[in-house]
Amino acid sequence: MKNFSLAFNNLIRRPGRTLALALLSAFLSLAVFGGSVMVLSLRSGLHSLEARLGADIIVVPSQAQSKVSFQNMFLQGTTGAFYMNASALDQALEVEGVEKAAPQTFLASLKADCCSIKIQVIGIDPELDFTVQPWIARSLSRGLGDMDVAVGCKVEAEVGEIIRIYDQRCKVVARLEATGTGLDTAVYCNMETMNALLAAAEAKGVSHKIESGDEVISAIYVKVKDGCDIDKVNSRLNGHIRKVTAVRTRSMITGVSDSLSGISRTITLLIAAVWGLALIILLLISVLIIRERVREFAVLRLVGASRGMLGRMVLTESSLCGLLGGLIGVGAAALLLFPFAQLIESALQLPYLMPSAAVILLLALGTVLLAVAVSALSSMIAAYRLSRVDPGTTLREGN
Amino acid sequence: MIKAEHISMRYFRKTGTANYFYAVQPTDLSIQPGELAVLMGRSGSGKTTLLNMLSGLLKPTEGTVRMDDLDLYSLDDRVLSRLRGTKIAVVPQGRSAIDTLTVLENVLLPARLCACPLHVEAAVKHLEHLGIAHLKDARPPELSGGELRRMSIARALSQGPDILFADEPTSDLDDENTFLVLSMLRAFAHEEKKAVFVVTHENDARQYADRLYGMDGGILTEK
Ligand SMILES: Nc1ncnc2c1ncn2[C@@H]1O[C@H](COP(=O)(O)OP(=O)(O)OP(=O)(O)O)[C@@H](O)[C@H]1O
Ligand SMILES: [Mg+2]
Repeated sequence: MKNFSLAFNNLIRRPGRTLALALLSAFLSLAVFGGSVMVLSLRSGLHSLEARLGADIIVVPSQAQSKVSFQNMFLQGTTGAFYMNASALDQALEVEGVEKAAPQTFLASLKADCCSIKIQVIGIDPELDFTVQPWIARSLSRGLGDMDVAVGCKVEAEVGEIIRIYDQRCKVVARLEATGTGLDTAVYCNMETMNALLAAAEAKGVSHKIESGDEVISAIYVKVKDGCDIDKVNSRLNGHIRKVTAVRTRSMITGVSDSLSGISRTITLLIAAVWGLALIILLLISVLIIRERVREFAVLRLVGASRGMLGRMVLTESSLCGLLGGLIGVGAAALLLFPFAQLIESALQLPYLMPSAAVILLLALGTVLLAVAVSALSSMIAAYRLSRVDPGTTLREGN
Repeated sequence: MIKAEHISMRYFRKTGTANYFYAVQPTDLSIQPGELAVLMGRSGSGKTTLLNMLSGLLKPTEGTVRMDDLDLYSLDDRVLSRLRGTKIAVVPQGRSAIDTLTVLENVLLPARLCACPLHVEAAVKHLEHLGIAHLKDARPPELSGGELRRMSIARALSQGPDILFADEPTSDLDDENTFLVLSMLRAFAHEEKKAVFVVTHENDARQYADRLYGMDGGILTEK
């Protein structure tokens, strides 16, 4: 306790030195905490993208590749609409190796009087769907009824609110959890609702029908039977159904995970550099401070402090500095990361999903502990040298 | 009380004949309670070196220093350190203040370090006697040399030691304060029956001494 109060006193009454040391630790913590939150967010963004894609292959009309890229829709939430004949679904089911196939139909609402917001509407078939339903189920216990919509977390609509899409009144029945992908900006409904919306859009002169007859879908999500070669099934799908492109979801994700690992590596390198630099500077400072403090420690020795006490005092001081710095750093990182999450996300152009509060708290705690440990570690030399100051020699006349 | 047997201090230094020299030649000495011993001698004669060895601050090259029955230099660092903060008090020759503590906190520092009860009133009384009570909340950098000197004397006295060592306690003081400090130290020896060992240049100190030593070239003589 006496160690603690003396150490505390030294810190309080030398605020300049204390703050300088704490700021170094703060810098370190900012980098470590901020960096790891970002890496984790990118990781979980990728995982959630994988889960939402949830399929091995996605079949889209050939024109979709050239029109609004399907991938952009997923990653950045740009709206898109492309259609093929609904019979493609049955054809897909005929293909050998296909275990499940589920249709989705897309419709982009307008920024016009008839629509309260411009969004991507995605119709799913509750009977067949295996990718979006599990996600919706987490926010909505029953199925989607007619003219019900579930909205992604970035859509500005509350549960219970009525939104107008092509003058159709849709009731928001659920807000979905964040995925960190473009799916967060979309609205989900069942196929009946979608067909009603398509008809309404048609009536408004928004033509979406191809010469494909009455029923249209936009994409087919395909799950391949266990043990079947996905590439083979992919080419079979391409061959069997006309005017479609079957895309392996892996190929979409690879692009993302490539840039993700690039960014992760950059961040990790940055953390390592900051870490190394901070450690060296802290070490230098603590060694430089030895000279300045020799006399002080000689006096403490003179009036009864043991070597152990002095060593512990130095370590306590530096740990407290580290603690202060760690808290400042984590606080600063939080101030940057959380309010500007949107900005970071759009700058990165990658799925970005914040880890849960518990994980963030754990990270924060770990970072602060790290700052304390690094700070204490860097003062080891000082602790050793200062605890061995010889009071007899130091306190002779002259100084 | 303190009994030194055959202690000497040898330092490395090229002299005409050897690679080392004796700052203190082998010496026997004992310090008794109730007595004020005064050691005088020229600068560089080894006074501080002897005082440091006697007070547990400097391990002699050879010989032993005993306090009561304890051999000081075979004690564990923790035990010896604790002795320094309690039974042995030292007023060193140089500046010895902690700048981040106030004067009063400096005076109470030994008690704080040994987790002994803090006798604030007694500490303030010592500061009063020494004429620096008004500075008790000031920080050492604001003090003059003489005020700092008196602060460390107050610190040593407040420790309530069995033996008090003072190295040139009056070097920065005017005549009036020199008289004050020396008579306080004598009173401490005589009234409290404690041992006091003072190193000084001050010729006037002779008249306060119960026992007078001289030192020349590392050789101690009793006068
Ligand atoms: N650590 C050391 N290494 C080498 N020589 C030393 C050391 N400490 C003291 N000396 C030498 O020992 C001699 C005695 O020093 P000491 O400090 O004991 O003198 P002193 O009598 O106290 O002098 P003063 O009155 O000036 O304080 C001096 O010649 C000094 O140079
Ligand atoms: Mg001296």
